Amino acid sequence: MASIDYKNKLLTAFDESVDSKKSVRQVYAPYADWLAGKDFSQLAQKSRDAELLFRRVGITFAVYGEEEGAERLIPFDVIPRILAASEWGKLSDGACQRVRALNMFLNDIYHGQDIIKAGIMPESILTNEMYRPEMQGVDVPGGVYAHIAGIDIVRTEADTFYVLEDNLRTPSGVSYMLEDRRMMMRLFPELFRQYPISPVEHYPQLLLENLRAVAPRGTTSDPTVVLMTPGAYNSAYFEHAFLAQQMGIELVEGRDMFVKDNAVFMRTTEGPKKIDVIYRRIDDDFIDPLAFRQDSMLGVPGLVSVYRNGGVALANAIGTGVADDKATYTYVPDMIKFYLGEEPILSNVPTYKLSKEDDRKYVLDNLAELVVKEVQGSGGYGMLVGPTSSKAQIEEFRLRILANPDNYIAQPTLALSTCPTMVEQGVAPRHVDLRPYVLTGKTTSVVPGALCRVAMNEGSLVVNSSQGGGTKDTWVLQC
Amino acid sequence: MLSRTADHLYWMARYIERAENMARMLDVTYRMSLVQNAAQSEAALWVPLLHISDTVEDFHKAYDEVTAHNVIYYIAMDSRNLSSIYNCLRAARENAHAVRVAMSSEMWENINSLWLEFQQMDKKLILDSGLSEFCDWVKSRSHLFRGVTYGTMLRDDGFRFTRLGGFIERADDMARLLDVKYHLLLPSASDVGGAVDYYEWSALLRSASAYEAYLKVYRDAVMPLRVAELLVLRHDMPRSLHACMDELTTILDQLTGDAGRECKRLAGEMHSTLHYGRIEDIYRGGLHEFLEAFLRQNNRLGVEIQRTYLNAPIINEPEKSNVGEVQSQG
Repeated sequence: MASIDYKNKLLTAFDESVDSKKSVRQVYAPYADWLAGKDFSQLAQKSRDAELLFRRVGITFAVYGEEEGAERLIPFDVIPRILAASEWGKLSDGACQRVRALNMFLNDIYHGQDIIKAGIMPESILTNEMYRPEMQGVDVPGGVYAHIAGIDIVRTEADTFYVLEDNLRTPSGVSYMLEDRRMMMRLFPELFRQYPISPVEHYPQLLLENLRAVAPRGTTSDPTVVLMTPGAYNSAYFEHAFLAQQMGIELVEGRDMFVKDNAVFMRTTEGPKKIDVIYRRIDDDFIDPLAFRQDSMLGVPGLVSVYRNGGVALANAIGTGVADDKATYTYVPDMIKFYLGEEPILSNVPTYKLSKEDDRKYVLDNLAELVVKEVQGSGGYGMLVGPTSSKAQIEEFRLRILANPDNYIAQPTLALSTCPTMVEQGVAPRHVDLRPYVLTGKTTSVVPGALCRVAMNEGSLVVNSSQGGGTKDTWVLQC
Repeated sequence: MLSRTADHLYWMARYIERAENMARMLDVTYRMSLVQNAAQSEAALWVPLLHISDTVEDFHKAYDEVTAHNVIYYIAMDSRNLSSIYNCLRAARENAHAVRVAMSSEMWENINSLWLEFQQMDKKLILDSGLSEFCDWVKSRSHLFRGVTYGTMLRDDGFRFTRLGGFIERADDMARLLDVKYHLLLPSASDVGGAVDYYEWSALLRSASAYEAYLKVYRDAVMPLRVAELLVLRHDMPRSLHACMDELTTILDQLTGDAGRECKRLAGEMHSTLHYGRIEDIYRGGLHEFLEAFLRQNNRLGVEIQRTYLNAPIINEPEKSNVGEVQSQG
């Protein structure tokens, strides 16, 4: 692309905007023409405009461990990621296929456990920390466990996509998908006239439809859906508030609800009101002090008992964590074959389990080339990126692995694709990933868009917002 | 609607209104201090402000001396003063943050940017020379907030609780303001028109944005009894006690659900006293006694509203928060 300055010599990764002959790929062509007419200061000004607007609207995330109430902006990159309809088709089909299989797996693992009986998964899955014995034999409405799933996908070559992770508990970030789009339409309306960009704005309505679809049987035709948040100091509070507002439902905290006569109620100015579906953005452990952590003040005493008796629906279901565990991840392609009888559309990243002796030996010998992750870790914490780590860091990790091998998996370091990104010096390639949000109610679907996270630091492969990663708008073209 | 949501909206509006009223009184006192008056000491001029906000004792714990500078700082930005403009705006923003879903995005953006602007202000400049400008800013942000609320918020219970908070607070502030000045309304003062009186009473009118209204209604010199009539009994004077009760009774009647009989009864009682009251009768029974009774009833009404509709614990109310948590001024 004309005005893009590729200084970064380290990267040999696939660049989303150019092909192997270094000419602009077709999907980026109109954008490259548009960009060629801009100078950097114009873009930088737009970038500052965006920051001001985000700050004013309060699109922030709270930061733990800093001054109370500290709020930070997630860096927003004004250069979009652009995907062709054909590329998106494969991604969305693949993501939906995974979520269908994962829901069937969850239903199975909490009922007949056929997958274990068939010898496809080891029985040890039942000792996984995220497996909830309380859910064994419980029928959840519609047999749906993961109503909202965020599937993290990376690209290494033009036609090669890998699923990095399935997030089935309380995946966040969808508000950025929507707000980034709103921002881009505001800053660059002319681009939206040039490109046939698929709309994503209907996501909240689709989410609400799916939530209503899983209301317990016997509920009125107009079920009461609420969004449950741990409160204003939670890092994703902005998103909780945003989604509740966009769906027109109440944003509730544990203290707003109580349990009576096998039902959950919220306290309103008109008296108690019965709740049918709770989109909860609070972890299993904190949802009900009677069932899980007794020291938690965030939950509703008795909620789990009502849930087990079918008096209320929870999205996502309790116990979904067993399916997004990094150790379970390795079995997802087998699940797709087992439950759906289909070939997986998207591949897993080859994964070594350090609990296996062969794998462990290989990993320990090749730490400098691998990425090692904690099985339970999230947010980019507790991981080793071999190629960018010092010898001392690698040695430290070696000791941690040896002390508790079951706690780790390892994967080859993928050369994540890059997208042109605004940085201080100009436009430069930065690594990106992609998280589409898959919704399940009566059916499984995904809106044509995603959260694109970008590692703002040169050469960095870590895109998590808690590690300084930013976001960019993702354009899925309609043709 | 959710009780906690109603609670946050109600208190958000109360704090904005309180900040506005503190700014009004601060500004008027400041302007009065610019009029040379040898008969009055600096302390005598500024102490009433502390009486109005009920902070005399706490002020003396924090400061040795009543000076203009100390009182201005205490009322405008001292984090130790739970009713300071700083604490009111902070609490308003925190309440809004907790329920941003329940209001229009314009309202939220308005109150959020208000807080951002306030944080970026040069506190020293305000104290040195920019006090009037600062007070104008607080007042205009409050007007703006009321306007954006009126112009964009769905006419549901959320709107009603927001307005309820505003008018309960305004009635409270107005009654306190008058009460601090009641001692000037001595029998002999009704026919005296000295310079001090004139400034005192016109300052009072100005702090209620009622000076022009007074001239328009009475077309006469500023007379204490008429000032009291205007600010207590005139229903067409937007900040009068009567006008506040007009709004409060109307809003309480519009709330959905069957709860709140006692709220409606209390408000109705207060309303009829003002609706059918005569200033001569109030004057005969003592304005101070009348205002004290009004403040008690208004407080009871507030407690009853809290109990009936908002029964969640009051969150972020400075009166109950730990002062140590309030971030200090840099």
